[in-house]
Amino acid sequence: MSVDTSVRLPGMPVKNPVMTASGTFGYGLEFAPYGDLRALGGIVVKGLSLAPRLGNPMPRIAETPCGMLNAIGLQNCGVEKFLRDKLPRLPWRETPIIANLYACDADEFAELAGVLSAQEGVAALEVNISCPNVKAGGIAFGQDPAMAGKLAEAVKKRAGDKPVWVKLSPNVTDIVSIARAAVLGGADALTCINTLTGMSVDIRSRKPRLANVIGGLSGPAIKPVALRAVWQVCQAVSAPVIGVGGIASAEDVLEFILVGAHAVQIGTANFMRPDMAFRIAQRLPELMAELGINSLEEYRMSLLV
Amino acid sequence: MALSGACRDLTILSVTEAGPEGGAHGCYYIELANPGLGSAVAGQFVMVRPACFGQDPVWPRPFSICRLTPEALTLFVQTCGRGTDVLCRLVPGDAVTVWGPLGQGFSLEPETPTLMLAGGVGLAPFVEYAATHPAPANLALVFGHRQPLSCYPFAEMANVVGRAEAFQENSPEDLPRFIELLEAKVAEYAGGLIVACGPRPFLMTVARLARRFGARAQVSLENRMACGVGGCLGCVEKNALGQYVQTCTQGPVFWVEELQLSEEA
Repeated sequence: MSVDTSVRLPGMPVKNPVMTASGTFGYGLEFAPYGDLRALGGIVVKGLSLAPRLGNPMPRIAETPCGMLNAIGLQNCGVEKFLRDKLPRLPWRETPIIANLYACDADEFAELAGVLSAQEGVAALEVNISCPNVKAGGIAFGQDPAMAGKLAEAVKKRAGDKPVWVKLSPNVTDIVSIARAAVLGGADALTCINTLTGMSVDIRSRKPRLANVIGGLSGPAIKPVALRAVWQVCQAVSAPVIGVGGIASAEDVLEFILVGAHAVQIGTANFMRPDMAFRIAQRLPELMAELGINSLEEYRMSLLV
Repeated sequence: MALSGACRDLTILSVTEAGPEGGAHGCYYIELANPGLGSAVAGQFVMVRPACFGQDPVWPRPFSICRLTPEALTLFVQTCGRGTDVLCRLVPGDAVTVWGPLGQGFSLEPETPTLMLAGGVGLAPFVEYAATHPAPANLALVFGHRQPLSCYPFAEMANVVGRAEAFQENSPEDLPRFIELLEAKVAEYAGGLIVACGPRPFLMTVARLARRFGARAQVSLENRMACGVGGCLGCVEKNALGQYVQTCTQGPVFWVEELQLSEEA
């Protein structure tokens, strides 16, 4: 039985729903030795800012039960270097390359959106309003519905014909109100969720395990939280949702589709083994066939409650 | 430089505890069968993920290549946490996924008098270094350790290395004497090549001495890694310009003058 893994996202054809999450897949090229980048449904590259960013001091990562904490602080090479050195080497004609944007205010977001939307090789813009590891902006943007809406609007105005995705934080009282505000502001899709804030300490040295003290929790440990957020947001808004949080198998992918996601992103699981996203993309149609699922469009949001 | 290949699903050939009988020193040799990893430069590393990790621990573990032949990949591992605890309890036939060789290894200059400086488990990459060096008579080794010498692959190295010295640190008072020994050796090899691997304080001492004597020296860092392939930016180290470089792809071996090597990276 041949199954249909294609999904419909605004403004782009997607051959399968398995994408990679920003910050877990470098600029894509780092993982090219481990699989065919063209086999992925999309690649969301490391968060980009107008100017290069140094990032946070070390240590930046700590392992936790079924997960990890990170406080990388959006270290990145800057948009100019990305467009010059990285993007031309990515298979953007075959696989959507989604740029993840980080900026300190609405004007900067708009400027960055202007630069990236002019690129043929960029399929969509994912706006990071939820990074827990930077002092300016970041998570604060994603905790206030008015601000989330304003940023979505600022980016959308400069995005030309590129779809705008807004990546939401789970560190909020009501994720649905933020989701609604982002969509009202012009978001074409929503990415749910960024990391949960957390911390880890060493009782012997009495030191935090991250130099930044607080970091973002990711990995299989957060999957139930992500699934709940996707479910709630999908019930409330009609914009497509891209689910992310702890996905480490084709079964996990179907869980997110089942609660309403159009597509998913593989994040921390890329660190478990660098061919993980490729393996999941390969396994998904087999699993669908085993379960008698003909198409994802038909399976999506079919949760029996 | 060998290109990194795909992930390889290997099986455990043997896990052998090293050192005196009944010692429980936590030092093990792990052999994996038919690695198919091609050739490696000593100082390069592999990422290792036993199937039994499941979803926890989430990270694979990086180990420098102790010995690589077409028949077997040998790792020298000291237990120091939940990852290594699991690894050292594996039994023959257990499945382990391995990818590599990764990163940049040590420079190898056959005609240059070369001093290997190793601390503890940091001896591992020098087994491969000595075994693949075309002129081992040009190699010398100073090895600082805490566990009994038989816990480490020292004896087999002493056979191939022109000159090998071991120094056991039994108490904190031994440390200044070890540093004196390092000082004399680094001064002696200031016109040659120095390659070092061990704990960070040890590498910082080597770097300080190399700078003082104007020696050409490389250090192999053991920064905490998640992915090992350049994806996470977790293992970075500050370079001389104050920018972060990735230990996994640009290292783990760096020339001392490339780095700041401060207390905190």
